[in-house]
Amino acid sequence: MSGPNSDYDPVEVTPLQAEQVAGVRDEALAAIAGARDLAALKQARLDHAGDRSPLALANREIGALPPQARKEAGQRVGQARAAVNHALAERTAVLEAEAEERLLVEESVDVTLPSGRRPRGARHPLTLMSEYIADLFVAMGWEVAEGPVLEAEWLNFDALNLGPDHPARTMQDTFWTEPADDHLVLRTHTSPVQARTMLERTPPIYVICPGRVFRTDPFDATHSPMFHQVEGLVVDEGITMAHLKGSLDHFAEQMFGEGITTRFRPSYFPFTEPSAEVDLVCFVCRGVAGVVEHCRTCKGEGWIEWGGCGVVNPRVLAACGIDSERYRGFAFGMGIDRSFMFRSGAEDLRALFEGDVRFASAFGTDW
Amino acid sequence: MRAPVSWIREYAELPPDLPTEELARKLTMLGLKLEALERPGDHIRGPLVVGRVLTVEAEPQKNGKTINWCTVDVGDANGTGDPQGVVCGAHNFAAGDLVVVVLPGGVLPGNFEISARQTYGHVSAGMICSSRELGIGDDHTGIIVLEPGAGEPGDDARPVLGLDEEVIEFEINPDRAYALSLRGVAREAAMGFGSAYADPCRRDVPAANADGYPVRVEDPAGCPVFVARTVTGLDPTAESPEWLRTRVRLAGMRPISLAVDVTNYVMLETGRPIHGYDGDRLQGTIVVRRATPGERLTTLDGADRELSTEDLVVCDDSGAIGLGGVMGGETTEMSAATTTVVIEAAHWDPVSMFRSGKRHRLTSEAGRRNERGVDPTICEVAADRVAELLTTYGGGTVSPGVTVVGTPPEPEPIPLPIGLSSQVAGLPIADEVVVANLRAIGAEVTGDADLAVTPPPWRPDLTDPYDLVEEVVRIVGYDQVPSVVPVPPVGRGLTRQQRLRRRIGRTLAGLGCVEVVSFPFVGDETFEALGLPDDDVIRHAVRLSNPLSSEKPLYATTLLPGVLDAAARNLGRGATGVALFETGTVAFPTDRGPAPVYGVEWRPSAAELEKLFDAIPAQPLFLAAVLAGERDPDGWWGEGRDADWSDALEIVRGLARELGVDVEIRQASRMPWHPSRCGQVWLGDVEIGHAGELHPRVCRTYGLPRGTAVLEIDLDALMARSPEIPPAPVVSHQPLAKEDVSLVVDDSVPASAVEAALRAGAGDLLESIRLFDVFTGPQVGEGKKSLAFALRFRAHDRTLTEAETAAARDAAVSSAARTLGARQR
Repeated sequence: MSGPNSDYDPVEVTPLQAEQVAGVRDEALAAIAGARDLAALKQARLDHAGDRSPLALANREIGALPPQARKEAGQRVGQARAAVNHALAERTAVLEAEAEERLLVEESVDVTLPSGRRPRGARHPLTLMSEYIADLFVAMGWEVAEGPVLEAEWLNFDALNLGPDHPARTMQDTFWTEPADDHLVLRTHTSPVQARTMLERTPPIYVICPGRVFRTDPFDATHSPMFHQVEGLVVDEGITMAHLKGSLDHFAEQMFGEGITTRFRPSYFPFTEPSAEVDLVCFVCRGVAGVVEHCRTCKGEGWIEWGGCGVVNPRVLAACGIDSERYRGFAFGMGIDRSFMFRSGAEDLRALFEGDVRFASAFGTDW
Repeated sequence: MRAPVSWIREYAELPPDLPTEELARKLTMLGLKLEALERPGDHIRGPLVVGRVLTVEAEPQKNGKTINWCTVDVGDANGTGDPQGVVCGAHNFAAGDLVVVVLPGGVLPGNFEISARQTYGHVSAGMICSSRELGIGDDHTGIIVLEPGAGEPGDDARPVLGLDEEVIEFEINPDRAYALSLRGVAREAAMGFGSAYADPCRRDVPAANADGYPVRVEDPAGCPVFVARTVTGLDPTAESPEWLRTRVRLAGMRPISLAVDVTNYVMLETGRPIHGYDGDRLQGTIVVRRATPGERLTTLDGADRELSTEDLVVCDDSGAIGLGGVMGGETTEMSAATTTVVIEAAHWDPVSMFRSGKRHRLTSEAGRRNERGVDPTICEVAADRVAELLTTYGGGTVSPGVTVVGTPPEPEPIPLPIGLSSQVAGLPIADEVVVANLRAIGAEVTGDADLAVTPPPWRPDLTDPYDLVEEVVRIVGYDQVPSVVPVPPVGRGLTRQQRLRRRIGRTLAGLGCVEVVSFPFVGDETFEALGLPDDDVIRHAVRLSNPLSSEKPLYATTLLPGVLDAAARNLGRGATGVALFETGTVAFPTDRGPAPVYGVEWRPSAAELEKLFDAIPAQPLFLAAVLAGERDPDGWWGEGRDADWSDALEIVRGLARELGVDVEIRQASRMPWHPSRCGQVWLGDVEIGHAGELHPRVCRTYGLPRGTAVLEIDLDALMARSPEIPPAPVVSHQPLAKEDVSLVVDDSVPASAVEAALRAGAGDLLESIRLFDVFTGPQVGEGKKSLAFALRFRAHDRTLTEAETAAARDAAVSSAARTLGARQR
């Protein structure tokens, strides 16, 4: 701040007259209002609020006034400066906002440009199908059991009432290991997990077991030396075929949609008695008259073969040390690959095992 | 099993208007599954009639062929009653024969439309048909000549040929061997519809006497019953009647000669396989025994076989003349000159049949029945039926001698609590229904609450109470079983391992990799392709005795071949880059085998089970991944890049981080990796796999671009170290202090060692450390490199002073200097 004016000159005081102060102020406000951009505003600030601006000069003069005049002049100049500063601030905000708006317009991009810097990965649909099935049963309180693929002959066959001279052994063309007296096979079904589970746990048992199995089938559109099965096993008191039917009806509906229930047909599996094959209501034509006749999926039958099931043969319970007087069980087995093909409409089994990323990528990472 | 419907109806008095679809559906629901319903005449339309050949004029042609210009009486079928002129190329007929003629307007299988056409100088108005042209056989050597009296000229030929027949083909399960006969199928059909049933095996037969062909059974356990009958004076030129040939053919067997057709017919009818010997070629007593060591036999299929001492053989004075119950021998085979037939109807031990069939890789209609179990009580009936048919159609006489050796085994009664069926089915079944259903299958039932059920002799599969339950319930109808969801006790959800496996898959997919599933079969060629040294441990694999491909007889010890093949396949199909992963078990042989085979009457002991589980090869879960070609594509965002060695390590580290496990990477050299670009993955003191660049030679072998990145690690080992829920960190709110240091070290010093040294020296204040630049060049000197690290320090309780931070940094640098000779730039 400047000190008191020692060279007091009454002539110089004239600018502090009220009209003059108001005039300078209005001039400043007009210049600020007229500034069209931040550069013009900066000039207006220099001209009207800078150190050499009339109001600044006037302010400096106040000290030179006679003491009786100072108060009034001070008030007058101070109010004028405040009005100018306020206008400056307001105008700055307006112009900055306008400038940013312009900038944002200039920063426009084409958001339709493609993404894909890192192609997405995927999990195999059979993995997803297995997990999907496991989750259906886990949600009911079942647990997921597992076993190895290279399996002891005793667990794959004998313990399941498939003795060495059982004709049904030839139903499942088996990969054997060398030498033959090692008594090892590539498991032909997930059923040895039944035996393992019963040997390792005590009832009540409610398990589901998805897994890989092997048969000596050549590889074509409908056969594969390796495929996937899901095995279900329940051993508890008071278990009946009705529980088996209920479990499979629920499974079928969850997998294929409401109204897709099952049909049992008498069949034969050494490890179950009674045994049944499970058919599904054809999920394409639903067996509706007039449609079923032309259905290619079920070939006009209205039913589709899905898997096998039955009441656990008491001989199997005995081999696994479970009291068959007290407990009864049921078991079922379905093809996961086949179920997946039903669900997805895939027609060639080979697509599942040749590793083309275009196939698996269609199914994402989870269902 | 193929069952002509008219044949079923011969024994089962089914409703006349019963649609065959309904019959097939009912039998399917009883357990005889419909495989196919055939109507052989379906592919033939229009006039197909019986014709009598009136004249045959042979006309040699310029092309060397001779055709026959025939006139055929087709009655009124041609609308005029005049003889029909037909050109025929076959020569196996003469004037007066009855033949099958398709007239113009007719359509044969394959949509072959018949019209009158000009050929060989005649208008041929139709065609005289062969079996093959009608789609009912393979015989094309001549036209069909019907037996005299088969029909009148102008008659529809379809019924004569069985073309109006319907055939149901069933899939018969191994337990229902009785349904491998019309007798059995008809019984089920009659039961299904509550119809009357006439058992074709209900037949009076002459009693056994001492005048029959001499037979001695030395192994009654293997052959409990042996019946022999003899027919002499057969006309060797006699052929099977058309109806019999038709039935045999419709049932899926090839008509051959009267004697063979008759034995096949009776087998189809009764289920009992029959063997016929040329009686003139038999020498002395028939003996049934086990084969002697080294004994050989040439079977009917012409194969010379070395027999096992477990094989049951039928012999005469000349030695073995048949593999009992499986296949006859060549020396006593019936031929076109046979006039004496010795008929064998014998019951064989199913286990022995199964073993012999398997041992000699012989499958036959007879063997299929014998190994599943045939009614042992019908040997005499079946032999008598054969003798009857042979003499009816082939002349000759049945010798009065009847040889019967042995008696059929008696079925044991099975105890059955009367309520068991209901309890097992979860369906109320009245006691009367239980008893009625058991009687319906031919069982004898006695008792009240506790039944004693003696199964019929044709049901050797019924041995346990639960077998009877299945019979009771299937007749009630499986469709009657209600649907009740069982309520299990509280479950524990997925195990940690199961959850981790899912997480691993999701993590890898998140890293841009696509999962593949390959067959786990490898071979020496696979190991060569991977460039593995001869003594590499993973060459030691479990060998399959019957691999699909002789080039891949081993069970995989590595998942790399599968992902490499798949990567090459994707690139070959036009992909510019590919990132694949596979998780799966591999197998490492154990030397703790062989796996024991225990009995099944009771649970093996704990020690026995341990021995069993121990003998099974270790099968750890592995992960393999491959990244080949473009990893990040070029785009509007800038340049992309191809995959390189570091992508493999990035994935290993990313996965380990996701699982909360610290892995250490060490420089290593191992095929199939690039010898200088291979990282060994360590978890503490356990090596769990490798990651890096694929050896250029292996890239070439697989057709993959140089620089392809691969990894393979043991996921079981990784998962085992994954903490369930890690301890919560204390997150400091104090300000961060940053210090960057550049250290010059020898080229050979691994970056991980420098980082470890810095970390060790920096003390507790160090929050993180990150290598952000690697620099080589003249400024740092020959054989040296400069590593730039960003150190981040923070205290929990205060703002660090510059002096504290600097001291920590200096301590870090001097630690690296001391242990690795690092020099700060």
